[in-house]
Amino acid sequence: MMEITEGSHAVADAVRLCRPQVISAYPITPQTHIVEALAEMVANCQLDAEYITVENELSALSACIGASAAGSRTYSATTSQGLALMFEVCFNAAGMRLPIVMSIANRALGAPLSIWNDQQDSISLRDSGWLQFYAEDNQEATDLHYLAYRVAEDHSVLLPAFVCFDGFILSHTYEPIDMLSQEDIDKFLPKFTPYERLDAADPISFGMYATPDYYLEFRYEMDRALKGSKAIIQKAGKEFGQMFGRDYSAMVEGYRLEDAETAIVAVGSICGTTKDAIDEMRDEGKKVGLLKIRVFRPFPTEDVAKALAHVKRVAVLDKNISLGAKGAVALEVKDALYGSSIPVKDYIIGLGGRDVRKKDIKAIVALIEKGEGDMFYGLRREVL
Amino acid sequence: MVDKTLELFDCGHRACGGCGAALAARLVTKASGTNTIVVSSTGCMEVFSTPYPETAWKVPWIHSLFENASAVASGVEAALKKQGRTEKVVIMAGDGATFDIGMICISGAFERGHDFTYICYDNEAYMNTGIQRSGATPYDASTTTSPAGKCSFGNKRPKKDMPQILAAHGAPYVATASIAYPADLMQKIEKAINTKGPCYVQVHAPCCTGWGFEGEQTIAVAKLAIETGLWVNYEMVDGKVVKAKKVVRKPVEEYLKTQKRFRHLFKPKRQDAEIAAIQATADRNAEKYAIDIKLKKE
Repeated sequence: MMEITEGSHAVADAVRLCRPQVISAYPITPQTHIVEALAEMVANCQLDAEYITVENELSALSACIGASAAGSRTYSATTSQGLALMFEVCFNAAGMRLPIVMSIANRALGAPLSIWNDQQDSISLRDSGWLQFYAEDNQEATDLHYLAYRVAEDHSVLLPAFVCFDGFILSHTYEPIDMLSQEDIDKFLPKFTPYERLDAADPISFGMYATPDYYLEFRYEMDRALKGSKAIIQKAGKEFGQMFGRDYSAMVEGYRLEDAETAIVAVGSICGTTKDAIDEMRDEGKKVGLLKIRVFRPFPTEDVAKALAHVKRVAVLDKNISLGAKGAVALEVKDALYGSSIPVKDYIIGLGGRDVRKKDIKAIVALIEKGEGDMFYGLRREVL
Repeated sequence: MVDKTLELFDCGHRACGGCGAALAARLVTKASGTNTIVVSSTGCMEVFSTPYPETAWKVPWIHSLFENASAVASGVEAALKKQGRTEKVVIMAGDGATFDIGMICISGAFERGHDFTYICYDNEAYMNTGIQRSGATPYDASTTTSPAGKCSFGNKRPKKDMPQILAAHGAPYVATASIAYPADLMQKIEKAINTKGPCYVQVHAPCCTGWGFEGEQTIAVAKLAIETGLWVNYEMVDGKVVKAKKVVRKPVEEYLKTQKRFRHLFKPKRQDAEIAAIQATADRNAEKYAIDIKLKKE
């Protein structure tokens, strides 16, 4: 059913349809509307879940670890500083192979304090073992939650997942959304069957320590599971498409890319703006296309290499910066294209909520055509 | 009824001979029984009991991080509730995890009123990392981060009153216990587990390695703590002390002299003022909890 809904409320609704048994979250801008909406659903008996109002984000995810290990489907949501406070817990949840799903309403990290959007928060957790999905719009943001649970809980994966959608730009924006029904989701997302659980009838130990004789193998198995999750994403994404008409089998998506000479690579809501800019540039005769990265972890290296094999140049838009190096997306794209002669240039853009408009995308295309890049785009030099 | 003949914390773990914490784990699991899920913090107990792929725990057990055991337990409890299960949730954490790094998590979980029992095995310093002071380290104890030296008598602060802090959170049952009194300890664990809401039991668990005494002396040292009034075994119900173990008190130096962490109070020369200050702590405890047995003169 089509509804015009705020992004956060749509996400909360999608979470409700996933039937989490335990929700544990701490409010933080711009994630708050999600956790408020879920609290209201619990208060009105629309959602049969235990809702733990923890005292901070570290405890939010820690409670999810306990609940997930005890065999319940769990959910949390956060952003920015909250995610940073969870840093230790994120690595722990993944290492314990607990399929927790967490929404990230992407926001910049301080200092200086900024409540506005970029993707530094979740990108900074790229090495933690979580799957990372990024939404272009709110339809995708809702759908990716169903997909995330389905993939994370698959017994060949058993890793937690972020569903990332840009703070304010998506979280606080009203869009028409096709909300699925409980019946629909129950068909797509089976009941959570834990691989192991804390159970007095069958005692096991969770979270033991590993000596150097075992640690390397634990990490290898996590990496293998994360890389292996590509096949599960493809299968579940295809099935979703067959059931509801929106196919998420591809980890990357091309837009007018087939005959493009200049490819823009982007993640998240900036893809929408980029598509509009591409349409206008195409009208002017410029052969520009977009490669949107929907899944950042596991990183679809082969898909990126294949999709970009024919282009003459690649401009990567990074809403993050690995300070002292490059944007994280550019680093991955360069790795994917290693050995080819296609130039890849990086543009750090939109940090801390700086607006990115169609004219900016066009300006970047003009820059890369001149061979200029690997830069912060749109610097206000007068305040430096 | 819990079958107390069962050993649910198995032998073969890697604790030091004479480890008070290992004995605490054994007694606690005996009292809590098989229908229990144990949540541990990072620390000595976690490390000596679970080197992968071996575990000493014959009840379901989970360890996540150093500071978050009570948050993990909150999640376990919520999940059990939702699934309609009956297992009791027991946290076992050291004093570092309890008094210091886990304080926020503990405060949050107690305020929310989860139904669990939090057991702190208190060996009065960070033993796992090599005997550094914690908020539970007593006055004048020498540790590696509060060493006694030419211008220091060791730890400069008294022990934090954690039971009072948790009683102030509205915990329905708070108790202190000692591994030297196993029947009392197990009774308190049972009471805590069968009391609805967040309960706290702080167990005095001497550490032969960290305190500096021979492993066979653990019980004797723990007993002396009680007999000198430096550790008081008591129970609080709804914030009020309802019972405290009475003793015919011995001078504190009988306790202090057993341990290398207090050696600097006697050698190279006796520090009368410091010993008197510690004696004053015991005297205050005795008055506060009314533990002195007055011997009648015939």
